[in-house]
Amino acid sequence: MTPLLSVQGLTKRYGRHVGCLDVSFDLFPGEVMGIVGESGSGKSTLLNCMAGHMVPDAGRVMFDTRTEGPVDTVAMAEPARRMLGRTDWAFVHQHARDGLRMGVSAGGNVGERLMAVGARNYGAIRTAAGDWLERVEISVDRIDDRPGTFSGGMQQRLQIARNLVTGPRLVFMDEPTGGLDVSVQARLLDLLRGLVRKMGLSAVIVTHDLAVVRLLADRLMVMKDGRVVEAGLTDQVLDDPQHGYTQLLVSSVLQV
Amino acid sequence: MSDYNFAYLDEQTKRMIRRAILKGLAVPGYQVPFASREMPMPYGWGTGGVQVTAAIMVPEDRLKVIDQGADDTTNAVSIRKFFQRTAGVAVTERTAEATVIQTRHRIPEVPLTGGQILVYQVPIPEPLRFLEPSEIETRRMHALEDYGLMHVKLYEDIARHGAIATSYAYPVKVEGRYVMDPSPIPKFDNPKMEMDAIQLFGAGREQRIYALPPHTRVVSLDFEDFPFEASKADHACALCGAADSYLDEVITDDAGGRMFVCSDTDFCAGRRTGEVAA
Amino acid sequence: MGKAIIAIEGLSKTFTLHNQGGVVIEVMRGAALTVGPGECVGLVGASGTGKSTLMRMVWGNYLAAAGRIVVGDLDVAQAAPCEIIALRRRTLGYVSQFLRVVPRVATVDVVAEPLLTLGVDEAEARGRAMALLSRLNLPEALWSLSPTTFSGGEQQRVNIARGFVHPCPALLLDEPTASLDARNREVVLGLIEEAKARGAAILGIFHDEGARARVCDRLVDVADFAPAAA
Repeated sequence: MTPLLSVQGLTKRYGRHVGCLDVSFDLFPGEVMGIVGESGSGKSTLLNCMAGHMVPDAGRVMFDTRTEGPVDTVAMAEPARRMLGRTDWAFVHQHARDGLRMGVSAGGNVGERLMAVGARNYGAIRTAAGDWLERVEISVDRIDDRPGTFSGGMQQRLQIARNLVTGPRLVFMDEPTGGLDVSVQARLLDLLRGLVRKMGLSAVIVTHDLAVVRLLADRLMVMKDGRVVEAGLTDQVLDDPQHGYTQLLVSSVLQV
Repeated sequence: MSDYNFAYLDEQTKRMIRRAILKGLAVPGYQVPFASREMPMPYGWGTGGVQVTAAIMVPEDRLKVIDQGADDTTNAVSIRKFFQRTAGVAVTERTAEATVIQTRHRIPEVPLTGGQILVYQVPIPEPLRFLEPSEIETRRMHALEDYGLMHVKLYEDIARHGAIATSYAYPVKVEGRYVMDPSPIPKFDNPKMEMDAIQLFGAGREQRIYALPPHTRVVSLDFEDFPFEASKADHACALCGAADSYLDEVITDDAGGRMFVCSDTDFCAGRRTGEVAA
Repeated sequence: MGKAIIAIEGLSKTFTLHNQGGVVIEVMRGAALTVGPGECVGLVGASGTGKSTLMRMVWGNYLAAAGRIVVGDLDVAQAAPCEIIALRRRTLGYVSQFLRVVPRVATVDVVAEPLLTLGVDEAEARGRAMALLSRLNLPEALWSLSPTTFSGGEQQRVNIARGFVHPCPALLLDEPTASLDARNREVVLGLIEEAKARGAAILGIFHDEGARARVCDRLVDVADFAPAAA
């Protein structure tokens, strides 16, 4: 099977400081990969390099495109990468405000990606937007309201709808449940699990919350000081950690 | 007269502006940055248009200046006088007689011809500005033809008002490539932009020049189910009776009396004297 | 009896505690057993001898230090994560003593999820989940609630339903009848017998001696796999 995403030797330095160093992994269709590590471990740098928001110093990010097969997205021309960014890729920010247009209605937010790829029928765009609001459990009668009038959890769900409306195959998520109340987190996790299953999505989720990766991710990578120290099946890494740092991380979680 | 260089600006500045204009003509709809000069008038009073006019003007030119279609408003009178004094060129109020027409917010009703140049005063040249505040990002969006956002604006209009409520500065796509702000002309004028004359756009404060060569394809953005409509007030001109010209609403008394008259004063006067065919 | 569905040989397990001076604890050495189709093998041995550790290694939850754990055609000890995920979806079921679910998800959806993952139509998956919950005497009023607040016995039955909803060729059962009353214990033993009848290979831990005697065809004493004994 061809991996959907194949990261090879990805390295990013900030001067003498290491962002991420020689990271390699394959992600297969339908798989959810979690990346954990403490602040400054390089997980966000890695995510941004993969998603094309940052230019890595070395390495390749091969994506299995629909038309041409695996293509190195680092070397890809900017227009093609942007097109990928609004069709086959999605990026869910930790803060919904970074991923939404706060001055535009919920419907406009969801419809933007459709219009960006050429949708020019208002009625069809609006129907699709309404349909997606329902799928993320936002009432359709809020379609003309601006995101600023939504709660934090609703904003995050709106951001997800806005990202998934073009039927992407790969979703990058940066702390998708961070900053949300625990009760709201649970609903979002359930929603994401359902969407991943129904749409056959592959996802890369960066988080520092081990409970989130246990419930969402099939596989797990543990990062420290820009390096991957351990990787494997999520429950195996959490229940039988091999690396000292992972053992420390797992044993540091507060029990409820 | 001898106190000023011809048309106020020094020759080096004019050359710099002409280079920007030529680049603009070569890449229709693309906003060319230029080193806008301080002019003896405040920003917002047409400093961009005046610099473009000054750069292209030759002594043989005949200048017409209009503001909202009228030759007799303060802004139009000031700029016309400015060039009379600094360039000594002939001036006219007749559209057909002018070689250079500087305009604020209108395109004349009478179709322009091959030898003419229309210079627009532009307050905000960036059509994406109110949706995307970052200049770096909007320039990248133009470069990559990433224009989904433009339709988001129209979508919002329909969602809120049931129709595309944008009635002026209605965005257009030029030659299938750049999305352009046509300056705050009424959308009634948009279809006229495919014309025989050269159109130049100058934004002084924003330091941008862009241009449309003659016969450039200019398409107003819209949706299949909400097509573009060049609308105007549903009346005929109270003075000349024209049913197909853009109208201004004029309040005539304190009792709610009002009338609709042609915004293009030369067109209206011409019809009344019989010079423009009814 | 046909070819073994679960075949373990030379299996060892060590834990290295990096944060406690790098102590290496060897807990198992040279474990070997097979489970054939329609067979139920019970693991016995005093607590702490490694019954659960062995089960977890078969599930892929613990890494093996050495040896082979073949389930179906896959050596779990060497398999890539995506292969283990596929194995867990289709071939290998696991009823653990603990229920780990997304909070606030309805019980019926928790039970139906393994079927939905396999692409079974939603209505059918929920139907099969409800039939099983009903057979396990879980009150219908609870089906639409999240199991996180249920009693131990109720959670155990949700766990069992989730493990049995898809007919896996191989099953791991960790104390499936613990904390159940006589009536529900009977239902679970029935489910195990049915699974055996359809040819499933079952590896289980049963502290309940009556249950062990009834469903297990063979017993394996994990004390034989203790490092000292090897």
